Amino acid sequence: MDYLGQQLINGLTLGGVYALIALGYTLVYGVLQILNFAHGDVYMIGAFLGFFAMTWLGGPLAPTVPVALMLLVMFLIAMMGTGLLGIVIERFAYRPLRNSTRIAPLISALGVSILLQNGALLIFSPSIRSYDTSSYIPSTLGFSVGELTIDSVRLGVLVLSAVLMILLTKWVNGTQVGRAMRAIAYDKDAAVMMGIDVDRVIRWTFFVGAALAGAAGVMNGLLLRGVSSGMGLIPGLKGFTAAVIGGIGSVPGAMLGGLLLGVIESLAQGYLSTNFADTITFILLITFMLFRPNGILGRPMMVKV
Amino acid sequence: MSNLGIGTDEWVAQHEERLASQSPLKKLFARIPLWAKWGSFFLIAFLFGMLSDNQYLLRVGVNLALFIMLSYGLNIVVGYAGILDLGYVAFYGFGAYGYALLSSEQLGQHWPTYVTVPFITILTAILGYLISLPSRRLFGDYLAIVTLFFGQVFVQLVLASDNITFPWADDYVDITAGSNGIPGLDTFNLFGYIFDDIKDYYWLLMVIVLVLTVAIHRVSATRIGRAWRTVREDALVSEVMGVSVKRVKTLAFVAGATIAGFAGTIFAGMQTSVFINGFDLPLMVMIYAAIILGGSGSLAGALIGAIIMTILPELLRVPNYGAILFFVALLLTFFVLSKKFSRFLIYVVSIILIGFAFQLAMKAIGVTQANAEDWVVGFTGDLLKNWLFVPENRILWGNFAFILLLSLIAFFSIAKPIWKHVLLPFIGFTAIFLWEVRLIADVSTTRQLIIGAMLVVLMILRPQGLFGQTRVEIL
Repeated sequence: MDYLGQQLINGLTLGGVYALIALGYTLVYGVLQILNFAHGDVYMIGAFLGFFAMTWLGGPLAPTVPVALMLLVMFLIAMMGTGLLGIVIERFAYRPLRNSTRIAPLISALGVSILLQNGALLIFSPSIRSYDTSSYIPSTLGFSVGELTIDSVRLGVLVLSAVLMILLTKWVNGTQVGRAMRAIAYDKDAAVMMGIDVDRVIRWTFFVGAALAGAAGVMNGLLLRGVSSGMGLIPGLKGFTAAVIGGIGSVPGAMLGGLLLGVIESLAQGYLSTNFADTITFILLITFMLFRPNGILGRPMMVKV
Repeated sequence: MSNLGIGTDEWVAQHEERLASQSPLKKLFARIPLWAKWGSFFLIAFLFGMLSDNQYLLRVGVNLALFIMLSYGLNIVVGYAGILDLGYVAFYGFGAYGYALLSSEQLGQHWPTYVTVPFITILTAILGYLISLPSRRLFGDYLAIVTLFFGQVFVQLVLASDNITFPWADDYVDITAGSNGIPGLDTFNLFGYIFDDIKDYYWLLMVIVLVLTVAIHRVSATRIGRAWRTVREDALVSEVMGVSVKRVKTLAFVAGATIAGFAGTIFAGMQTSVFINGFDLPLMVMIYAAIILGGSGSLAGALIGAIIMTILPELLRVPNYGAILFFVALLLTFFVLSKKFSRFLIYVVSIILIGFAFQLAMKAIGVTQANAEDWVVGFTGDLLKNWLFVPENRILWGNFAFILLLSLIAFFSIAKPIWKHVLLPFIGFTAIFLWEVRLIADVSTTRQLIIGAMLVVLMILRPQGLFGQTRVEIL
């Protein structure tokens, strides 16, 4: 029982990170109907920005400011930086292709992904950086409920991802930009005719989606420590998978999909085979896609003739 | 000729005018018969095979031929039938691993080549058929997603299959050797003739590519070829017109998979070892880049794209060739952008002046200069060593230049024309600086950066690729 509980907690933490990445995919797909394959690399850049913010504040061993403040600055810098990067990517790689064929933005996204990965390789060098979390957040700190223990990093990640998701839901449902975004996702032409500034809304969408990926990057750094230029590929793919399970284009779907994927993966690792966990996850997904391509909460795609 | 929307009435009305205004070179090229164009390519390949004994060049030729096979196959799936298959490279891997398992000590099997290759190729075709079943239910992005997952399943499965424990056995079973790869494969042995020279593979592949070229060219003119293209343009309409969309799509998918699997077996035999990271997403991206670059849906485009994507990285490997390529490309870009020769000269002179100004400024601030021996690579470095100021801390300045260059190009793409003229010399100088300071020494990264930038720029400027045709959409 406690083993199961532990796996579930691990799964939920992991799932929170996946969900944040998935949200970026889903938001962009909602307004533009493109698969933003460069998203995983934005996440990687976020992890690097968080790392450099940390070294700027004295590094893991001798932080010059209180740890809580350092963490806050790390998250803020990473989210701001990746958010701006998201806007830049949209402006130069996607906007010129707005009225192009369906495959063009996909290829352009692959190009951006290669550029970001190798740019990072060139600038940050191939060496793997470490967040070294345990030297400023003691791993003994944490809660135990009966046999279950949850250390403070996991708890923090879980809480923060929940907070970010709640904020995002509020933003999508409550603000004017969020409403405009949903309007564009529903019917772009009609939204334009109602006087919505589409470019502005798309800019916001990319900013928010990329900032969430940046936060996920820092979280991943805190959880698993290592940061390198190739780290974006697999989490990017997983986040995308999560968006698809939930129903791409649907915001609650992406959250649900992320958590579900995290839990499935960690259960597969804990009970079936560590070796085959990824294979099992992907096979489950293919089967799922065959029977419900629109995901759990997605709208069915309809073609008007 | 103004920028009319393609397919609008005015655009259609100007058709004759547009034909008349084509450059004479283009017209001349269009007059050369098709067989002559293809023939010259194969003639060059033939002469090269006859005359060259350079192992390295022959190996490049073999890699090129394999890459051509892959891009032909993908061109059928993506270019003709319009199925976005992001797991295509898994079929190549399946072919290679299939051959490896039946021709090495891994499982202790040594099947004769003339059995293994057809067997594995047919097996790949069957696998392709099974994977294509979802394409009957899914379309567009969803299909892309499922095939992407399929590619990942293949990679993960091979990685994990070195350590399988069955409930009924105590010991684990090692099938694919995981990330270690399978070395020591048998080379091809056709009825006693052993392929122990790279040249044997060269001739084999040349014949295969020739046969494939003719076959695909013929097929694309048949009912099936036309059906593929109509399905790509509009599946619903072609269904209404009586095309069996499901069958046509499956056929394209299976054809692509078969070619990739076949290429995989040859690759494994030639390489005599297989490693799973050779069949992952990076190769996928390269093949897509090739067919998109050449022009999706055009056989000649697939060929040219494959040539560019194979030869370009090889050229960049040698600093001297890379430098020549870089400076020629830079000058050409400037020439095209300046449109007038006098303006082009002004650009070049301003770049030279910026170089001297940079040198003076750096010396005035007191930045230490790097020793010439440390950075001069290739003869362009020799030419430039008195003009270009290279600071001692090359990594820092190179990073700075990289970010500056990207921002300058970004600004350039949205600037007003007058600012473009001011920005261009600075972009040119920064590019040269970055090239000499960092890129020329860091070949593999440079290669990837160039490919990435090329894809983005190509999509923006010419989404149909070099040889593709502009899609005419009736508005």
